[in-house]
Amino acid sequence: MSPPAPFPDASRSQRLAAAWADPPGLWGFLTTVDHKRIAARYIVTTLLLLFLAGMVALDMRLQLIQPDMKRMGPQMYDEAFSLHGSTMLFLVSVPVMEAMALWLVPLMLGQRNVAFPRLAAFSYWLYLGGVLMLWVPHALGITPDIGWFEYPPLSGPAYGPGHRADIWAQMITFTEVAALAASVNIVATILKLRPPGMTLARMPLFVWAQLIASIMTILAMPAIMLVTSMLIADRMISTHFFSPSGGGDVLLFQHLFWFFGHPEVYIIFLPATGFVSAIVATFARRPVFGQVPMVLSMLAVGLFGFGLWVHHMYAVGLPRLGNDFYTAASMAIALPVGIQIFCWTATIWSGRPRFQTPMLWVIGFILTFVIGGLSGVMTGAAPLDLQLTDTYFVVAHLHYVLIGGAIFPLLGAFCYWYPKATGRMMSERWGVVAFVLIVGGFNLGFFPMHILGLEGMPRRIYTYGPEMGWGTLNLIATLGSAMAVAGGLVMVANGLLSLRFGERAGADPWDAPTLEWACESPPPCYNFEYTPVVEDLVPLWREGDLPVMDGMSLDSRELLVTSAVEGIPEYRQNSVGPSIWPLVAALAVAAMFIGSIFTAWAVVIGAVPIGIALTIWFWPTRQPATSGPFASRGR
Amino acid sequence: MRRVLALAALLLLGGCAGWQTPLDPAGEQARHIYSFLELILWVCGFFYLLVLAFLGWGLWRARRRSAEGPEIAPADRGLDRALIVWSALIVVGLTVLTLGAFFVDRALANAQARETLTVRVTGQQWWWRIRYRDPATGRWIETANELHLPLGKTTRIELGSADVIHSLWIPNLAGKTDVIPGHPNAFDVTPRAPGWYRGQCAEFCGAQHAHMALWVKVEPPAAFARWLAGQARSAASPADPEQARGMKLVTQGPCAACHTLRGTPADGRPGPDLTHLASRRSLAAGTLPMTRGALQGWIARPQAVKPGTLMPAVSLSPTDLDAVAAYLAALQ
Repeated sequence: MSPPAPFPDASRSQRLAAAWADPPGLWGFLTTVDHKRIAARYIVTTLLLLFLAGMVALDMRLQLIQPDMKRMGPQMYDEAFSLHGSTMLFLVSVPVMEAMALWLVPLMLGQRNVAFPRLAAFSYWLYLGGVLMLWVPHALGITPDIGWFEYPPLSGPAYGPGHRADIWAQMITFTEVAALAASVNIVATILKLRPPGMTLARMPLFVWAQLIASIMTILAMPAIMLVTSMLIADRMISTHFFSPSGGGDVLLFQHLFWFFGHPEVYIIFLPATGFVSAIVATFARRPVFGQVPMVLSMLAVGLFGFGLWVHHMYAVGLPRLGNDFYTAASMAIALPVGIQIFCWTATIWSGRPRFQTPMLWVIGFILTFVIGGLSGVMTGAAPLDLQLTDTYFVVAHLHYVLIGGAIFPLLGAFCYWYPKATGRMMSERWGVVAFVLIVGGFNLGFFPMHILGLEGMPRRIYTYGPEMGWGTLNLIATLGSAMAVAGGLVMVANGLLSLRFGERAGADPWDAPTLEWACESPPPCYNFEYTPVVEDLVPLWREGDLPVMDGMSLDSRELLVTSAVEGIPEYRQNSVGPSIWPLVAALAVAAMFIGSIFTAWAVVIGAVPIGIALTIWFWPTRQPATSGPFASRGR
Repeated sequence: MRRVLALAALLLLGGCAGWQTPLDPAGEQARHIYSFLELILWVCGFFYLLVLAFLGWGLWRARRRSAEGPEIAPADRGLDRALIVWSALIVVGLTVLTLGAFFVDRALANAQARETLTVRVTGQQWWWRIRYRDPATGRWIETANELHLPLGKTTRIELGSADVIHSLWIPNLAGKTDVIPGHPNAFDVTPRAPGWYRGQCAEFCGAQHAHMALWVKVEPPAAFARWLAGQARSAASPADPEQARGMKLVTQGPCAACHTLRGTPADGRPGPDLTHLASRRSLAAGTLPMTRGALQGWIARPQAVKPGTLMPAVSLSPTDLDAVAAYLAALQ
């Protein structure tokens, strides 16, 4: 279907472009509030980190390839797994999903920007601060070395001297503030900026997934910010939250950490299910089977996700009946996820599937992720987990869930939306090569780790003796990982070369059903010339042209605000333009966070520049409203 | 099932040692968990095959359908029913597993009624302090990194930490239990097969987490009682002048600041008790075999064997080192 152009009007796009364009050059780069530019920055940064942390992982695999390797000493190995885990979980997996939402959600909703454009810019700059917080000290030789979880007392003042643990804790603060900012933005955009006619029932599953994941983020992130702040307080101003000798409790840290840590898995996984649903519908050429069960399943996952953090702590000696309760809760979450697996498979079964690369990734996802889900059922059972936890079985399980369950759909999503973002098609042939190498290499590399765990190999050991008999499987694991890394490089090369040599894509190369395919590829700065009107789940598959509405300003930045449930237009909202103040505010916040590693007074003194930056940022410059809920207060 | 697993293990691993694995249970608790592992593998395997079959069928059907255009409102009656059946199957499977887990947990807890012996294990960076109560005198007998257990009896293992969090895992006998400062934990083991088993710290605890192991010997109650009586005795007296010189160096030199040798002036607490050092199977928490050569190497350059270990290198002349090693290697 062609993009809607019911009233061809060349001056229209020029006027819109004039209203929505960024200033040229570096100033435009620093001040932009275009959700697509911000999200693209986010995505490129996460991909760079995925590569770096992947290389760190390969380095660890080389250390473990045979018994008694001397490639790394314990200090270097501990730094490597800490850097790998912290980067992958805090700086790659969560941000990349939010970035995909920032890029896609307004396009899927037929809107011109997100609800809070400057907040999106602020979110990215703070996230970048978190990235630099971890990796610049790493370049200077000060790397956190006690894991991505930093349990006290090991991370406390007595056993973690220097600033390694502080760097980790403040990296978390950076990224969690950034994540909260992004999530609030996504929730507001989804609830108030849907196109006319898009009731909640007509909302694409991808948007549902992002909505639920963002709400989960808002509920889960405060726990980790709290716990890292308490850790810093213990380290700097001698509070005793986590010191047993001072009446503190080390388990409090674990409870708070996992109250965030377990929902985090679903914060990563739910958006991935959104990718899968979008891809399956397009390539099976039918709406996803079971829209309602799918939405209910995602809601159930979001709800249950907060009720099972204790399954990370079965071995800490909690009451057995408590363990049994959390066993039942952990088992229960397999039902909604199982229903989702059924619905996707049923969609393929009953559809008219085509097998381009995005669909291959979905199949790779189902085959791999289900193994991770089932090994999750195994680790979720309290008595069995006493044998499995903290072994390579868990390493295998978590990589099957996070790589099979989130990264495979993400790679599929890159293949799927690449033409929309760049206007070019990626090479299918090299896409298949990358797919085979990554999925094959991953399974070859990580399946043996299940067996290693059952053979008694604990996690986070920098070496092992030949008498343990773990050499062969570790060799296979390393070879498989290397193969997957090679596949990743093929994929990156494909993406870069296709930018130049790829076929022109057009607006809707896959004949997809959702609104983002109605605008040009790549989308212009204003996204859509007209505001689309939605009558069902698959607006672009309807016969005839896409219905649109007009009446939004062409010469100023306006967004259409609609009601939260029914998607009925309510009023036109002025949308802010480019501004340097999100960046300045982020710098002020960064100064405070970094300063607070060295002195507690930084929190007090640092609040002043933040206050100034935020005051200027929010200084009212707009005319009083003449329509909408605030009109009566205008003149 | 067990045979299948063992066969798969043999094929895939090229020889697992067998003394540190939950797949070869030698104690009641590990057996309970192993039987649950069998159950869960059957259930999970069944569901994975169902998914594979459904997906495979879907891909097979796709061959002749893929050319057509999109279908906006497909009729899904059959699939609706299949979804209900699928959900019901999942609920049944999960119920079976939840109940199974509950009963296994209960069986693990029930052993508490049969406890006949208590052992205290303290995790320290990076070794295990082990204390038994002397049945004759009621005093504590201390050793390190080697646990002896009477066959067929239920032993309560009480856990404490001297510094950070560790986790004691002896997979052939029982699941792991964390060793947490400020939280006394305990678990029961009822060994059912004699032999040597290996345990290892399972919770990351700093630089030498990888070398924090211990050996467990399961032996008949009479042999266990003999061993315990032997451990209760004071350190052996030196048998020759070289050993006597070694004893003097150990008990009056820097070693005594950290190590205890019962019956001598050495009564340091931070490090392992050395009273019957040579009777143990390994050295430095499972890092080296207990030989005189290994002992000498360990004392001369502990940081080379176990980088980051809290044991400092003590500068000794070669002849002094010989004497020290000769004395310690005789401490049966």
